[in-house]
Amino acid sequence: MPTYFARHPSIFLLLLALIACLVLVAAVTVGSAGPAAKDLWPHLIGGADPVARSIVMDLRLPRALTAFAVGGLLALAGVAMQVLLRNPLADPYVLGVSGGASVAALAAMLAGLSAYWIQGAAFGGALSATLLVFGLSHGPGGWTPNRLLLTGVVVASGTGALVSLLLAAGDPTLLRGMVYWLMGDLSWAGSPLGLLVLLGITVPVGIAMARPMNVLSRGDVQAQLLGVPVGPLRVGLFICSSLITAATVTTVGSIGFIGLVVPHLVRLVLGSDHRRVIPASALAGGILLTVADLLARTLLAPQQLPVGALTALVGVPLFLVLLRRAPPST
Amino acid sequence: MAGHTTAAVIPAVSALLKSTDVDVSVAGRRLVAGLNLTVSRGEVVCLLGPNGSGKSLTLHTLAGLRLPATGQVQLCGKPLGEWSRRDRARRLGLLTQVSEDAFPGTVLEAVLIGRHPHVDAWQWETTQDVEAARQALADCDLVGFEDREIGTLSGGERRRVALAAVLAQDPEVLLLDEPQNHLDPRHQLAVLRLLRARAKAGRAAIVSLHDPSLAARFADQAILLEGNGQWSFGPVGEVLNCAALSKIYGVSVSEVAIAGYRHFISD
Repeated sequence: MPTYFARHPSIFLLLLALIACLVLVAAVTVGSAGPAAKDLWPHLIGGADPVARSIVMDLRLPRALTAFAVGGLLALAGVAMQVLLRNPLADPYVLGVSGGASVAALAAMLAGLSAYWIQGAAFGGALSATLLVFGLSHGPGGWTPNRLLLTGVVVASGTGALVSLLLAAGDPTLLRGMVYWLMGDLSWAGSPLGLLVLLGITVPVGIAMARPMNVLSRGDVQAQLLGVPVGPLRVGLFICSSLITAATVTTVGSIGFIGLVVPHLVRLVLGSDHRRVIPASALAGGILLTVADLLARTLLAPQQLPVGALTALVGVPLFLVLLRRAPPST
Repeated sequence: MAGHTTAAVIPAVSALLKSTDVDVSVAGRRLVAGLNLTVSRGEVVCLLGPNGSGKSLTLHTLAGLRLPATGQVQLCGKPLGEWSRRDRARRLGLLTQVSEDAFPGTVLEAVLIGRHPHVDAWQWETTQDVEAARQALADCDLVGFEDREIGTLSGGERRRVALAAVLAQDPEVLLLDEPQNHLDPRHQLAVLRLLRARAKAGRAAIVSLHDPSLAARFADQAILLEGNGQWSFGPVGEVLNCAALSKIYGVSVSEVAIAGYRHFISD
């Protein structure tokens, strides 16, 4: 039976938006430096404390917004890949797309290229990993979503090995920073503007493509029969998901399982209509990563934990449960 | 009533689907050679042949999913390739043998998918679309299933949901690839009665079956595929006979008449 929220999706979306605001407020309020949380707002509103103001406006707010944007984008990349593969287990991290972006970005960094080139390299890496996965799984008899997923998992371990090689060959003084970056680390995040704009573009574009995506998730043949331009839609989903993944990887490293966990939970609550799944995933992904980052920088403060490790700790058990529950035919 | 309105839109073309010299080949084997057939408004055409004789491939070719090796398929007087995707999907539908349900969802959602070509871009389904989906569910004996989760249905129920989706699509020409699979006898008959009722309203259907008795009872025309390129097409009274059926199935088939219907028995 549909849940209460499946019947009233707008209430669920409003609720998520409300939680998102609360989480963002919490993320700028709580932290190891500056005034204690309960004293922060009087300080700010009084305007007399430039240190508190700087901590909030220059450090916590950009970081919280970056976390929110990255979380939302990763969840959307997951939705796109799940539709492409018609498999709820697909996610940019599992499929090696994040890995491909990481390898290319790391290589560009080691070569001493500028940030601009690192971005471009990451996009190239993400796209190549996607093309590699789809190309390799296109064996005799066409591809099946399962073969695709398996190929992705293998490519992901391959990129992991390349990353290890690059790290071993690289400058040891940079090693710690790079390892942290690879595990997903928001402490180097700069201005969140670019990612927020990307999120702001992706959500309406995604909603516009949502009904064809609903049809495509019933299979290529069904989609063709119902008049969906299957080829262009698939290419569009490829490029969007690669672009999004690359943009997040270059900013915060590879953070796994957001793209897996969030759409899955959203589908459980709202059903599989992507006109609802897409906005809800963007909000819920943002919330999840903002909370995870808040925990990462406060749990063992002043020591910061890599946020990717925290999301993986949630994601791995859920992935295993999903895999176990998957019907034998898929 | 629906038949009158659609007939007014496309006047003077009674042939809804027409194939000219269509070859159906797979992996270098020519299963059907030079298929010529015309399906008109109000007709139910059955497609019979042994396993692997190319029934599904023929239906997929007629639906435009694969290009014919040679020849041409025309829908409402216009080559299949010249239709826009959406206009074609509003006129031609295919119930495939298998359907995928990768993600959770309700029965009503699954059936509403069939309305896709009728809903404009940027629009949501209207109450009319929901009404069409509910009518399709009722036609498939699925009243009360609207909110059921697809994953909880039996094989036969899922099959009827897939059928309801293609009925909600409401194409003029409906192609059905073994719709009887997984269905109990009551629902097998119901499907064919439904196709007859649609035909009466000016639609047409091609349905692949494995039961020549049902074919003889419900279809106007029959296509027999032998799987070696040979085929025959014509009124069921002529094409469906013991000699032809014995030949294509490789068993001896005899005919009896029960309650006014021709029954074919293989022994």
